[in-house]
Amino acid sequence: MNISKYFDHAAETYNFTAIGINTQLFLALPFMLALVMYILAVILSNRRHKPWPMYCIVYWIFGVFFATIAVAGPLANRATVDFTVHMFGHLFLGMLAPLLMALAAPMTLMLRTLSVPSARRLSRVLRSWPLRMFSHPVLASVLNIGGLWLLYTTNLYSLMHENILLYLIVHIHVFLAGYSFTVSMIYIDPIPHRTPFLYRAIVFVVALAGHGILAKYIYAHPPKGVPVDQAQLGGLIMYYGGDMIDIVIIFILCLHWFKATRPQIRLAESQ
Amino acid sequence: MVVKSESKSRSLYSNRNLWSGILFGIGLIAFIDEAVFHQLLRWHHFYDKSTTDIGLISDGLFHAFSWFATIGGLFLFADLRRRNALWITRWWGGVLLGAGGFQLYDGIIQHKLMRIHQIRYVENVFIYDLVWNTIAVLTIIIGLILVARTRNRLQRGKDLSYEYQ
Repeated sequence: MNISKYFDHAAETYNFTAIGINTQLFLALPFMLALVMYILAVILSNRRHKPWPMYCIVYWIFGVFFATIAVAGPLANRATVDFTVHMFGHLFLGMLAPLLMALAAPMTLMLRTLSVPSARRLSRVLRSWPLRMFSHPVLASVLNIGGLWLLYTTNLYSLMHENILLYLIVHIHVFLAGYSFTVSMIYIDPIPHRTPFLYRAIVFVVALAGHGILAKYIYAHPPKGVPVDQAQLGGLIMYYGGDMIDIVIIFILCLHWFKATRPQIRLAESQ
Repeated sequence: MVVKSESKSRSLYSNRNLWSGILFGIGLIAFIDEAVFHQLLRWHHFYDKSTTDIGLISDGLFHAFSWFATIGGLFLFADLRRRNALWITRWWGGVLLGAGGFQLYDGIIQHKLMRIHQIRYVENVFIYDLVWNTIAVLTIIIGLILVARTRNRLQRGKDLSYEYQ
């Protein structure tokens, strides 16, 4: 078959192996489940509450879509041999999908779907110290950006393509770190331990800088096994793609600040 | 008093007018730098081999900050508008100060000391540097004049702070 020939050739060139169908299914399954559960929750909770907003459902569907094509199917296959495709996959899995899924307010939906005692239990879990910790802007940024530095500046990137377990861990980490970073910066869902706007703004700028610096570093120093031209194009995609997605987070963060600091009408003044 | 007069509220928010302008100015000049010199003219390079490590870090931080500052500065502008406190001359002073300041930092520190990239890859780059930095200094001077001319008089500021406590 032509396709297998192509992958044999690719594996020869880069010493990488193509990612098997089982690995792809394993990574795609949680996202499929998340889609089904979200739709079910919408149907169930709409019986008792006012209709759940359509735009949230659209966000969730697109979020799941981008996460899934990054881990399974033609894009995921191509990503193992072409670094520029890998970088698109990374942008989808680590930035775009988490942003869209955070905008869909899944926790709010879950809390309104569950019975009151279960919802209370869930909110206790949300307030527990591990979730508090992982939704803190600084730790979320370190896990997100630090993880990327580890991936692209060490041998991890090439090792990941030889070891299925590493491949799984890296991809799950990229998504979870991206999601916790997004929800630590913009508060769509209820979140314990809120931090001030300026604090989040400063942490965000440093994290975005870390992302941009890494993109230029990759441009100049290709990860092991990546040809120079692919590393250069990949670095550009990471740099400008990251900017495009982060501008949305910055806008929402500033919009929330703008609404929260709305001038209050003082009774004393209006009398 | 039902509505604060514009001149009084803008004096109250005099600093916010200045900072909104400075932030937007930094963002605007960084955006022009990226759009015109990187993308359209292709004079600036994405990466230059002689870039120092500190240059890479400085470039990354300023790029991220300017991206945030453009949006943040415009939201501050909207905030001044809804408070009826926009002082447009002072705001423009801030814009020119921020834009000129960043251009001078870019032209002297980032291009020359940290060598992140040159303005254009030609032999007589000195002329480009000279024009670049002269424009930066002129922008700063005009910005400073505008800011100085819109400074609150101390006495008036004191009166106001009593009035609105």
